[in-house]
Amino acid sequence: MMVKAVDYLEEDPVLTVVKQPRSANRAWQRFRRHRLAMFGVFMIVLLVLATAVGPHLIPFDDLFIDIRNRFAPPLSGAHVLGTDPLGRDLAARLLMAGRISLTVGFAAMVISTIIGTVIGVVAGFYGRIVGTILMRFVDAILCFPTIFLVLALAALIKPSVVTITLIIAATGWMEVARVVESQIRTLRERDFATAALMMGASDRYIMFRELIPNAIGPIVVAATLCIARAILMEAYVSFLGYGIQPPAASWGNMLNNAQQYLGSAPWLAIFPGLMITLAVTSFNFIGDGLRDALDARLDVS
Amino acid sequence: MAADMDASSVLDVRNLAVSFRTDRGEVPAVHDVSFTVKPGETLALVGESGSGKSVTSLAVMRLTPPAPQASLTGSILFRGRDGQVRDLATLAEHEMQAMRGNEISMIFQEPMTSLNPVHRIGDQIAEAVRYHRKVDRQAALDRAEELLVLVGIPEPRKRLKSYPHHLSGGMRQRVMIAMALACDPSVLIADEPTTALDVTVQAQILELLKELQERTGMAVVFITHNLGVVAEIADRVMVMYAGRIVERGGVVPLLKHPLMPYTHGLLRSVPRLELAAFGQAKLEAIRGNVPDPTRMPQGCSFHPRCDHAELGRCDRTIPILEEAEADHLVRCHRWRAIASVEA
Amino acid sequence: MARFIFGRVVQSLILLCLVSMIGFAVLHLAPGGPLAQFALVPGMSQADIARIAAQMGLDRPLPIQYWEWFTRLLLGDWGNSYRDSQPVLSVIGSRLGATLQLMVTATLIAIVLGVWIGVMGAIRRYSVFDYLGTIGAMIALSIPTFWFGLVMIYIFSVKLGWLPSGNRSTVGDGSFFDYAYHLIAPSIVLALVEVAVWSRYMRSSMLDVINQDFIRTARAKGLPERVVLFHHTMRNALLPMITLAGLELPVLLSGALVTETVFTWPGMGRLFLDSLGYRDYPVVMGILMFSAVLVLVGNLLADCFCAIADPRIRLD
Repeated sequence: MMVKAVDYLEEDPVLTVVKQPRSANRAWQRFRRHRLAMFGVFMIVLLVLATAVGPHLIPFDDLFIDIRNRFAPPLSGAHVLGTDPLGRDLAARLLMAGRISLTVGFAAMVISTIIGTVIGVVAGFYGRIVGTILMRFVDAILCFPTIFLVLALAALIKPSVVTITLIIAATGWMEVARVVESQIRTLRERDFATAALMMGASDRYIMFRELIPNAIGPIVVAATLCIARAILMEAYVSFLGYGIQPPAASWGNMLNNAQQYLGSAPWLAIFPGLMITLAVTSFNFIGDGLRDALDARLDVS
Repeated sequence: MAADMDASSVLDVRNLAVSFRTDRGEVPAVHDVSFTVKPGETLALVGESGSGKSVTSLAVMRLTPPAPQASLTGSILFRGRDGQVRDLATLAEHEMQAMRGNEISMIFQEPMTSLNPVHRIGDQIAEAVRYHRKVDRQAALDRAEELLVLVGIPEPRKRLKSYPHHLSGGMRQRVMIAMALACDPSVLIADEPTTALDVTVQAQILELLKELQERTGMAVVFITHNLGVVAEIADRVMVMYAGRIVERGGVVPLLKHPLMPYTHGLLRSVPRLELAAFGQAKLEAIRGNVPDPTRMPQGCSFHPRCDHAELGRCDRTIPILEEAEADHLVRCHRWRAIASVEA
Repeated sequence: MARFIFGRVVQSLILLCLVSMIGFAVLHLAPGGPLAQFALVPGMSQADIARIAAQMGLDRPLPIQYWEWFTRLLLGDWGNSYRDSQPVLSVIGSRLGATLQLMVTATLIAIVLGVWIGVMGAIRRYSVFDYLGTIGAMIALSIPTFWFGLVMIYIFSVKLGWLPSGNRSTVGDGSFFDYAYHLIAPSIVLALVEVAVWSRYMRSSMLDVINQDFIRTARAKGLPERVVLFHHTMRNALLPMITLAGLELPVLLSGALVTETVFTWPGMGRLFLDSLGYRDYPVVMGILMFSAVLVLVGNLLADCFCAIADPRIRLD
């Protein structure tokens, strides 16, 4: 459904690429030519601007309850996208919800990427026993269907924006770790790591100054797909009632009660879902474009 | 159809040209290649990798990618079993399918990867028989067993049920040969069939090919970069460089008195004892590299690597393929001058 | 093959130990731990909680607790539901059928459609079909399953009235057709993402095989293109798909939970959510562990099937 799905988009899951600054320019040119990715960038910029500025331009507050105007359909009056069962303006709520959904997605990505990178680097660099144990541990976590794990944790821990972000991050770093581990394992064999070793550099120096900068391409790709995953995951838990709690809105929890009004007020279900799909698709497109752009094998041909 | 073909030849390729469409435009791989092969004869196609020899052989089989990815011009006249001459270059795909593996077959360089790992070798051989001869499965398997005997595989009945990964490289190449010979083709194209094998196995496979050729009278087009192998099995030789024929002739004159500096270079770079007999035992590499097909040098494509290149001439015009002596062609501006110095 | 399977069984057992440790950690490391629910009960004093903890053996060192929990797990004693005191395993068992039915149907849809789209995309690479398939798959992977479910219900149940909006069957009607009728919408919803995944994998697997030397050999034999594609290419390209079926299990289970919620489908996923609502931790933990073990076993089976189907492993 979500989770690792983004991985399958590409023909070659493992990126065996060393990025040097020299080729950064060429990668950027390739990225610019990737139409889907540019569409994704455009949509994300638009969404971020809209959620940042939009709420100030809309004449309604997202929490203002107008009980006389309940269930106003879209385009029927002052409320462009209609109102919800409490008469709150749907457009205002969508934009405020976007702030939370995008922030949670972005923050969870940053944390996941950091955890995944550190674990991946350590596993890949030390290899053998430490590496095997860490990577088997990653395999074991991946045996748990993500939603079950996230829900169990969310039910045990008092939900708030911060804890939800942490839980999503804690269950989303494994793919990054896998990508980084396989990168580091191949990079470690290269000459420059050996050279640094010979010069008496410390392990930490080699890992963070020599290896990670050379694995940055795949990490960026994994991180982009990680945002997509995190936004979806937030939507799922919030929809199921264990994520962002009302009255704060997120795209997921706006759909929480939408099912019961499906017959009378379908717009309550349509718009938030469209926003999620749009945001996630955009990040997936960007990730796809980045993967193509940073794939140095294309430089050879 | 085009029937004005020399009565003694089975394959007559004329002005064959192949080019591929890439991101950087049309890239020519083979230009203006013409040659003929007679039944029972072995023509060796020699050149470094990138010389166009494999593309030439794939084009004859019409196994180059379909248009628009690749374009193929010229004619490939082939005399069928029924005596009719067809131009393979313009045959419809389904008619070509009826020829491939039937009247004209091919074996490849990599026996380790050229067999389908999930099918039994018996079935893989029988398949060719079933599609071309319209016989039932059992008859086809019987024929497969016969073929395994022919190519010298021990315990043929048992081997029919083996999978490719059970066989060594040499055995797999024998299976490939059996498959190619399944329908008694009149032309066999062998694309570096021994390159990937151990030296002792190479000799066995060459011996087998010679013996099978004697028995069946088929023509063989043998592609190789190894002049030692050429000396051993070829009747005639065609040397290719950068997609063009640069020298063509009988094996003895060509190896004894090569006219093109490139052929000289090739001979000098082969460390084989057989060549001592031709007085070519010194070992040297040709300097430089095969040119990038997208950035071909002006004039003779070999001139940047050639010791005899004459500025103002060799780097201006492409030399024509001219007849130096009877049945010995060379493409070089300076072959006369070089020959007189060497003599 | 025996050696291969033995190796995979040993690997799976090691993984099972790690999985159980993670499950135990989830149970204990969350603030409040297994006793969190009692703290919410009014009138429960600190002393009462300590007494319960002692009764449940929760005052002993963690490794000992883990060992006891793990051995009981292996023996099939997964505790009792707080809600109705039934053994956890039998509670799960009563819901498993509905979930499996949904998952199997969705997987079949995904295999048929996904393989078809993938094969066509690979054969006509860079065609309009291929392009639409690629973009379609990316969008399908981005649509939240529950929202797709809502849209399906809105269109096919609310507006058109063609399909039921939920449940596994109509009350009082237990016929095969009634069950099948109820299965249509939820299995399509669950299949959406899987179709995308299968088509992407199949496409790249086909392209891998199509460039192999033995495909050129097959063409050189003069086989019709249809035979080259189906007998030689697809046969090889399908082998890695067996492993994919195993790898997709966790995704499928997650999807099933959401789909069951939207369609009020009486399966394991809904049971999990209901149990969360009742704070019925033995069942929650039971389902969490059960789903992980299901994934583990599924992957092991997939690898074994792959070994049987691939002569390179089978005959070694």
